[in-house]
Amino acid sequence: MEIGGIIAYLVSLAIMAGIFAVFALGLNIQCGYTGLVNFGIAGFFCVGAYVSAMITTPMPTGLYAQYVKQLFGFNLPFVIGLLGAALVCGIIAYLIGYPTLRLREDYLAIATIGIAETLRLVFNNEHWLANGPRGLMGLPQPLHWLVEPRHYNYIYLVIVSVVMVVIYIAIERVIRSPWGRVLRAIREDEYSSAMSGKDIFSFKMQSLIFGSMIMGVGGALYAHYTKAISPDVFTPLYGTFIIWVMLMAGGSGNNKGAVVGAFVVWFIWTLAKFLTDFLPYALKARAPYIRFLIIMILLEVILIYRPQGLMGEEKRVSKMMD
Amino acid sequence: MLEVKSLQKNFGGLKAIDNCSLEVGKEAISGLIGPNGAGKTTLFNVLTGFHKPDGGEILFKGERITGLPPHKVFRKKICRTFQITREFGQMTVLENLMLVPDDQGGERIWNNWFRPGIVKKQERRIRDKALDVLEFVELIELKDEYAGNLSGGQKKLLELAKTMMADPELILLDEPGAGVNRTLMRKLADNIRELCAEKGITFLIIEHDMDLVMNLCNPVIVMSEGKKLAEGTPDEIRSNEEVLEAYLGGQYR
Repeated sequence: MEIGGIIAYLVSLAIMAGIFAVFALGLNIQCGYTGLVNFGIAGFFCVGAYVSAMITTPMPTGLYAQYVKQLFGFNLPFVIGLLGAALVCGIIAYLIGYPTLRLREDYLAIATIGIAETLRLVFNNEHWLANGPRGLMGLPQPLHWLVEPRHYNYIYLVIVSVVMVVIYIAIERVIRSPWGRVLRAIREDEYSSAMSGKDIFSFKMQSLIFGSMIMGVGGALYAHYTKAISPDVFTPLYGTFIIWVMLMAGGSGNNKGAVVGAFVVWFIWTLAKFLTDFLPYALKARAPYIRFLIIMILLEVILIYRPQGLMGEEKRVSKMMD
Repeated sequence: MLEVKSLQKNFGGLKAIDNCSLEVGKEAISGLIGPNGAGKTTLFNVLTGFHKPDGGEILFKGERITGLPPHKVFRKKICRTFQITREFGQMTVLENLMLVPDDQGGERIWNNWFRPGIVKKQERRIRDKALDVLEFVELIELKDEYAGNLSGGQKKLLELAKTMMADPELILLDEPGAGVNRTLMRKLADNIRELCAEKGITFLIIEHDMDLVMNLCNPVIVMSEGKKLAEGTPDEIRSNEEVLEAYLGGQYR
């Protein structure tokens, strides 16, 4: 392979890792800081992707409209798509959180698993909503007129990096503060936090909504990168499980760790693909599952030998005091 | 200051608190004693909103606080500590204290993005106060240690320190002395007396260490089988036949 090809490949790798880093950052607010177990990342991934896709594409017209059905099409800019994805995911998080956050934490885990699968199946079966199993195609890519299509990934890498860095700074700012301190206290001991005057339900809700909005942005970034989305992408393994592994690997409760974990695990995930290429012919068909097996073994190894991840969490929460 | 009127709390068929009425006087250190299972800790749990009562009323400074959620009870300036300490283990001692003050600007997410100056100013003030409190309970050297790494006795002091961050009017202490050595215990008792005398804080203390109760508390309230059995000065309680029967088992006779 020529050097240009390798660089192009690394760029595409970095784009996907950057998108997954956004999901891991969102999960870190919920799980790493507040102890909320969200097993439904795929649901927010899915909704974020579809909402942004429909906001940025025009409503199909003429002959095309007979084949492609979608609920709405606003033909608005990419940035509005990102914001709309965040908004809708925030509303969904509120609706999930309202009945479940007053209950014990396991209920949130169960509810999120179920709702993520439900959302995916709704998108799969309701043709009028977003074209059913065929999904949506031809999603616009921002600033595509700047370069030739084959070089577009460089532009998108910059866009993903900028979004990721902005999100990282915004999260770091609010989490390393009295607000983040309350979240960590809730993770440590709910009743004791309540007895220190904190409205637990409200803080858990804020954390769930904020994290889910960021996942929505991640979904939107993914949609405009691949240009085509369909429900089969947003499965629990690909949309939820791998993001959990990223956060565990990098260091739960540490935003830098979330980003590093995303890059490391995505790299291993991709490497595993090369490894499965060497499999004997009879096992080739099972390659995707073997890749998941490798990632799961990695998770086990992390949990046993380095439960705090590559980077443990910082001792002091608030940076606002010095 | 605190009035409990015919309070009722059942767990299934068990009447943990059974038509219990008692009063806690202002700016005093009241003791709450009774045999195991008398309902003392349950009373604390109901007072602070952890359990909802099945009947009766709780009045604090004449205001009804029955069944309020814990964070709202706290805002009425009632604090409690736990029999088995419940510190935030993966947080530093300093931040365990800094969490407590109510209504911090930085607890609203927007302020940290748009008004960091105000948050920082308030944060430094809270930090200085927390350092003073740590000085007072002599935990200052451990301020950057994880609270989970403290010894049992130090955790008890940390619990007391947390209540001091809140400027409460009533502090409920659940066995502050359990697992604390004698020297530390005397210090704890001195701290409690000082807080009561200087800051006018009212205390209600559950304790099994009779020496401590008889030294520190006046009046002493005795609970048995979910209701108040007796109340009086330590001397009165010591010679009350009913109490000796129910609790002291006659050994002081």
